[in-house]
Amino acid sequence: MYQYDKYDQQMVDTRVEEFRDQTRRRLSGELSEEKFRPLRLMNGLYLQLHAYMLRVAVPYGTLSGAQMKALGDIADKYDRGYGHFTTRQNIQYNWIKLEDAPEILADLAKVEMHAIQTSGNCIRNISSDHFAGAAADEIIDPRPYAELLRQWSSFHPEFSYLPRKFKIAVIASDTDRAAMRLHDIGIQMVRNDAGEIGCAFYVGGGMGRTPMVAPLINAFVPLDELITYSEACLRVYNRHGRRDNKYKARIKILVHEMGKDEYTRQVEEEFTHLKAQGIEPPLAELARIEPYFADPAFKTGIVDEIASDAPDFALWVGRNTVLHKAPGYVSAVISLKPVGGIPGDASADQIRLMGDLATEYSFDECRVMHTQNIVLPHVEKGRLKELYDTLAANGLAAPNLDTIEDIIACPGLDYCSLANARSIPVAQKISERFAGNGKTAALGELKLKISGCINACGHHHAGHIGILGVDKKGVENYQLLLGGSEAQDTSLGKITGPGFDEDGIVDAVEKATDVYLEKREDGERFLDTYRRIGMDPFKEAIYG
Amino acid sequence: MKILTGNDLKTGDVTWWDGQGWSRHVNDAVDVGAMADEIAAREEAARNVVSAYAIDATTDADGIRPAHIKDRIRALGPTVRPDLTLKPADPEAGNWVI
Ligand code: HEM
Ligand code: SF4
Repeated sequence: MYQYDKYDQQMVDTRVEEFRDQTRRRLSGELSEEKFRPLRLMNGLYLQLHAYMLRVAVPYGTLSGAQMKALGDIADKYDRGYGHFTTRQNIQYNWIKLEDAPEILADLAKVEMHAIQTSGNCIRNISSDHFAGAAADEIIDPRPYAELLRQWSSFHPEFSYLPRKFKIAVIASDTDRAAMRLHDIGIQMVRNDAGEIGCAFYVGGGMGRTPMVAPLINAFVPLDELITYSEACLRVYNRHGRRDNKYKARIKILVHEMGKDEYTRQVEEEFTHLKAQGIEPPLAELARIEPYFADPAFKTGIVDEIASDAPDFALWVGRNTVLHKAPGYVSAVISLKPVGGIPGDASADQIRLMGDLATEYSFDECRVMHTQNIVLPHVEKGRLKELYDTLAANGLAAPNLDTIEDIIACPGLDYCSLANARSIPVAQKISERFAGNGKTAALGELKLKISGCINACGHHHAGHIGILGVDKKGVENYQLLLGGSEAQDTSLGKITGPGFDEDGIVDAVEKATDVYLEKREDGERFLDTYRRIGMDPFKEAIYG
Repeated sequence: MKILTGNDLKTGDVTWWDGQGWSRHVNDAVDVGAMADEIAAREEAARNVVSAYAIDATTDADGIRPAHIKDRIRALGPTVRPDLTLKPADPEAGNWVI
């Protein structure tokens, strides 16, 4: 794991004291809300439906056991005993008091964490593959590059007031587990014919009201030009992005309106100019970062089998563990989607326990997945049963990774002031319906994603099945989308037709899955069947 | 009727203007008529409230009912966590928001 050097720590500590002073001035009346609002947002503090909400950055989703435990302690000490893990691999607290906020930031700083750049029109937290450093299919660990980008983008003066927010994802395998092409910039670490590592740049993806899949603009940027090329991409955006219209201000609109070729041409021109200025950090900096992400001391010669006849355990192993690059290990996924539960929520005790388990079973590391689950990346197969028993005893062993019960849902109208409709109750009803009717297993991999409004924080465009909450004359209404994907075969879902009320949408989802069960061919997932047979049979079953 | 709502500056709690001060209970809200902007400006300046805004509401047998579901959820709390609403003892309280 990366560890702060004295500069990182100083930057974060200084910011805490600055915010402490700003908060004091707000509370004493020296600062008006108008002046204070942008300052609190720069520190991740929003005002939401019920209270202030704090969003804490988890760089590329990686946490140490101690950091995870600190997040649990904060939930207890300053919130109402729980936290919400988000699709951006971060955590949000829903019940924060303004007077406590500086103290929380100070607690975070003690474990090398902060809430900087989790709001506003800047480069936000960099996301990555949650199996980084463990995945059997990666060509290299993407996190050192994500860390380099984090350092470059932290307090970058030129990019603190972009036309709109900016999100970057970095992956290093052909399998995309980070929705890379739905980011403003998606970077895939690749190897060229000469065997050198470089970066493929996809620019101009995003969800929200105008979803777009990022096109490839450069298939190989050498490693020692990563920052310069990123800077060039941002500069062209900063210059031409639509500051006149908030809804057209994301880079996806620029790339779309300007055209990928013209955008790329301008980036190349800027790149040439920037190269001459020598802004790239020396490779020595990358060399300084890399050892922090070196493999832990994997044991060799350990058992490479998972022995147990217990059916519950076997089901969990089958669904929630993932192939690891080191023999004798797996990555284990802790599902935060118990049937009928709130996707992504975990209690303070559960958060602390997951921190302890990371320390005990996974070389002191865990990860937040964009699907709102937690990964223990490196677990010995021989110790899985013992881990499973602890998880099961604490309500953390739902065996449902990538199934229809593993639903992504944004906070929706239960918490979010921008929402049109609630998302969580819909997720709860769907997971209960499918756990009850026993179809979960037959449906196999099925990614269902729900957003409470067009902003798409719940990735509904990218769900095999997506649900979008809309406001129909003051009443909650839900549109159904089919055919989205955020994996390497990224696609955007299409709306089936008129929307439904809360119970209606649950029925509609079941009808859609029944079409799949009836029409599927061997080996097809829901998404494959949809792609083969198209929308019509689904429409017929749902509205017919 | 028009009622005035906002959040407590220090705690962030949802509050309602009750004629003299701010209450956490929507049933204490009073009709502010055309005075909303004036009260909001005065109270924000006094740092008693942040982000104050006026909404439409009606009265029925249960008391005061904000016109929009969003403000009903603000008045109650998250429907998915009855234990954290203002009516933790009433598991059916969430039905009121619909
Ligand atoms: C305080 C509550 C939140 C607010 C006010 C908020 C606001 C927004 C807005 C306005 C957008 C659209 C931006 C645009 O298209 O230009 C957006 C997009 C997004 N947000 Fe949120 N959001 C909130 C909570 C969350 C949560 C809880 C998550 C994770 C579960 C999240 C993840 C995302 C993602 C993934 C996108 C879409 C990707 C993109 O195009 O940027 N947000 N959010
Ligand atoms: S999608 Fe809409 S409702 Fe959901 S969290 Fe984002 S802004 Fe709020």
